[in-house]
Formats: sequence, structure tokens, C-alpha cells
Amino acid sequence: MSEIEIKNLKKVFEIKGHSIIALDNINLSIEKGDIFGIIGMSGAGKSTLVRSINYLEKPTEGQILIDGTDLFFLSEKELRKKRSDIGMIFQNFNLLEQKNVLDNVCFPLEIGGVKKKEARVRARELLRTVNLEDKEKAYPSQLSGGQKQRVAIARALATNPRILLCDEATSALDPQTTSSILSLLKEINHNLGITIVIITHQMSVVTEICNRVAIIDNGRLVEEGSVDTIFENPQSDAAKELISGKDLRFTPLKKYETDNRIRIVFKENSAYEPVISNLILKFQKPVNILKADTRNVNGKAVGEMILSVPDDAVTRGEMVSYLEEEGLIVTEVTDNA
Amino acid sequence: MLEPKVVQMLLEGIRDTLYMTIVSTVAGYIIGLPLGVLLHVTGENGLRPNVVIYRVIDFICNIIRSVPFLILLILLIPFTRLIVGQSYGSTATIVPLVICAAPYIGRVVESSLNEVDKGVVEAARSMGASNIQIIFKVLLVEAKTSLLTGFTITTGLLLGYSAMSGTVGGGGLGDIAVRYGYYRWKTDIMIITVALLIIIFQIIQYIGTKVVTKLDHRKR
Repeated sequence: MSEIEIKNLKKVFEIKGHSIIALDNINLSIEKGDIFGIIGMSGAGKSTLVRSINYLEKPTEGQILIDGTDLFFLSEKELRKKRSDIGMIFQNFNLLEQKNVLDNVCFPLEIGGVKKKEARVRARELLRTVNLEDKEKAYPSQLSGGQKQRVAIARALATNPRILLCDEATSALDPQTTSSILSLLKEINHNLGITIVIITHQMSVVTEICNRVAIIDNGRLVEEGSVDTIFENPQSDAAKELISGKDLRFTPLKKYETDNRIRIVFKENSAYEPVISNLILKFQKPVNILKADTRNVNGKAVGEMILSVPDDAVTRGEMVSYLEEEGLIVTEVTDNA
Repeated sequence: MLEPKVVQMLLEGIRDTLYMTIVSTVAGYIIGLPLGVLLHVTGENGLRPNVVIYRVIDFICNIIRSVPFLILLILLIPFTRLIVGQSYGSTATIVPLVICAAPYIGRVVESSLNEVDKGVVEAARSMGASNIQIIFKVLLVEAKTSLLTGFTITTGLLLGYSAMSGTVGGGGLGDIAVRYGYYRWKTDIMIITVALLIIIFQIIQYIGTKVVTKLDHRKR
């Protein structure tokens, strides 16, 4: 049984007499122990999607099953109980500003009726997990963004949840802090076996820690699969845009905007050969590197390059087969990528 | 300089003024605080929006608040007599003061609660908090300093209104100022009562600001 199952989810918002379809026909299965990324541009509906998972947003149609239980059939009280099994962290941390760090972490336990003394013991334990044991008396306003998110993570873990939802949890943080928060999440996933769902608009977040990813565009699920597969060979326009960025459209290389661009992906085993030099020497034709980038995909270094190759279709075909023989993943680049 | 009798009268005036201000503020909050919570909860962005309840309370609050206090004081004389048994004196003045203050306090409380970050409320919901828990453990706690600022302003306002009730025999410093200063042309006594009112007001404001600054953890 999947930990989280989303079936035919549809969400319609009624705003001043207009119906806005935020999500349509979403089907997803998230397995126990997954770090599942949900990525999309802003306004794609991903925040609504993550809020549907713990029923903060009630779906217009469709079902949410947590560990086989359809949330629709739960009473208000049962639903609150269920929510305490699902931790959640946010872009703006959402800490109680008038409570100190320790009391913030105790808060979900207080709501659950745990005795204050027990709650404090548990909270201190969690503050050690997130490396903030020396800050228990501090107030949120005295902490940095990264520290606030650590407190929020400790708070979300207080009730021993099975699932942790992260709504743009690193979007307000600088790259270094983002990295440290992501490794903390990975650690939590590994040590506690908690299923993590990460909502983000940053592909780097997905490639860094997720094992599976779903791409949401305009309220629809356009692509889903393992991060490796999607990074190597994105199918949808939205995925291509999220991976390679829109930059190429704005380069002054208008004349290359035909179909003579290819995207190649290097993996560890293919990164030792001087493939591009060999390619040029072999074919005696110019090859232009339009973009090159290296990324960390699930702990492995993966290179990505966009090349402009000669117009001549025959040579191009031969070049592609040569690169594929060398163990690279080659895809055509359309204008949307 | 002042006759002992006058000093005695002024001291009683201070006592009566404080009595009216404190009792009407406390009683005002007993009615106004739940009213404000209800306004926030049933409001558009509240925990349980309810247009009908909101509009009804909103309408009543606006009506009472739009009647000038002096008129309200006179309009309520029969009601005051019914409750207190007489329509003059400090205790009697508390009735219109409370009726005037409650909707005002309701509004002040509502606006304090509206300022609480929606994200924090959502976080509490995601932890499985019930609406009652959100009201008592999140909204009222997070709005603490804003509520206290409102409390200070309200107390100051009621101090002023209690003095105004002096015109219809309300007792306290306002009463003394009207009777001696206005009807008997004793300017010195009037000046003293006004000075006393200013001092009391300053003390209330000073304490309020101090307490708020001390309790606010949002500052850096």
C-alpha cells in the first residue's frame, strides 16, 4: 500500500463568481520512504496540491488516501488526529513569534495533550537532532532563516509523524543554507524512515535530494518518474524548461533556433573521455557549446550540455549516434527547452 | 493653599474616576473580548466565516459606536436606573461606559487578531489544532502585544469618557471640573482636576507602553 495516494484530484476555487481550476485530474502514488519532489512554476498549483494531502484544502473531486485511509470519510476530530501524523514546514517558517524555540517545538505536543514535562524532554531531543540545543531560550526573531527552518523541522517532527510535507521550505533561504536544510531532511528521511514530500520551483532541490519527482504545469500533472530518468530525458515542455531554464531563448543566437540543437547528458562513466574534442576531430565540423552545467543528482555528478551542431541532417544524425555510442544521453532541443 | 475639604473632594474624585475607569474597562473587556473574537472568527478570513453572524454584530457595533457618548449617556438613563437603581453617581455611570466600550473593544480586538500571520494559523491547523485551540493558543497569544496596546488605548478613552459623564452627574474628577470649574467659575479647581486627569492618563499610557515593550518578543 502506498503511503500517500492521490486519485483523480480536482480543486476548483470560486473567486467572485469565477471558477478557477487549480488542479485537475492529478493521480500520484508516493511510497513509504520516498523523498518525493513536486515541482512547477509559481501558480502551477503545487501549493494547493500539498495542502490537499493533509486536507487543509478539501478537494473538489477525487480522493486522498493516507496509508489506505480516505480522508474524506474522517470526522473533523479524526482528521485532526490524522494531521498530527503529517508534519508540515513552510516557506515562511510560520513559527509562533511570541514563544521561544523550546515552546515552539513543544506546541504540537501541547495541542495533542502531552504533559508539559514530557513535551520538553521530547523537544530538547529534537533540538539536538537539528543542532539547535543551545538556542532553546531564543525567540524566532533572534534566529537566522536557516535556524528558523530548523526549529520548524523540529516542531514538525515532535509528534513522530510518518510523513513530512515541505511547502517551498528552502525558497526563502540562500544556497548554502538551502543545502544544509536539504541534507538535514535527507538525514531525517534516512534515520527515521519518514516519507518526505517536497514542493519547490527549484530543480536543484529536486536533483539534490529527491528520488522521485512529479512535474505540475497549469494544474495538471505533466510528467512523473524517477529523478534520474526525468533529468536525463525530460519529455514535457515544462520539465525541459525547469531543467535547462529559459535562457536559450534570450541568447542572441537566433539563427540557431532551428532544430540543430541537441542536449547531451554526461554521467559519471562517460565523463572521462574528451567526447567533444573527439567529435570535432572525427567530423571536422564546428560544434558550438551553448550551455554547459554540472549538477548533483542524488549525490552523483551529472553534466549537461547544449550544443549547436551543423545544419546538415546527415552529419547531425551521425554525430548523435557517435555521442550515443560514447554512452551519452542525447535529446533534440525544441524551442521550448 | 487648598482647603482640606477641597483636597478631600479631589482625592475622592480621583478614587471615583479610577473606579469608573477600571471597572468599566474590565466589564467592557468581559463583553468586548468575546465579541472581538467572534467578529474575527466569523469574518471573511476567519476560522469559520459566517456572513450572517458577522453582519449582525458588525451592524450593532456600528450603531452603538456612531451615537455620541453624551447622547448615549442620556438615552440610557432609564436602562441605568433599571440596573443600578439610580441614574447618577459613579456606579451608575459605569453602565453607559460599558455599553459604549464593549463594541469599541470588540473592534480593537478584531483588528488585533486580524494582524496575526495567517501562516501561523495554518501551521497550527496542520498540526491538528482545533478552532478553540487556535483561538486560545495561537490567536490570543500571538496578538498579545497588540491586544495590550488596544487595552491601553481603551483605558485612556474610558478615562476621558468617565470625565465627560460629569456633565450629567457622573461623579469623579469630571464631575468636579464641571460643577466647580464651569458652574461656579472656580478656575483653579478646574485646572487642578484637568491636571490630575492628564497625570492619570500619562501614567496609564506609560505603564501600558512599558508592559507592551517588555512582553513583545518580535523585536530584534
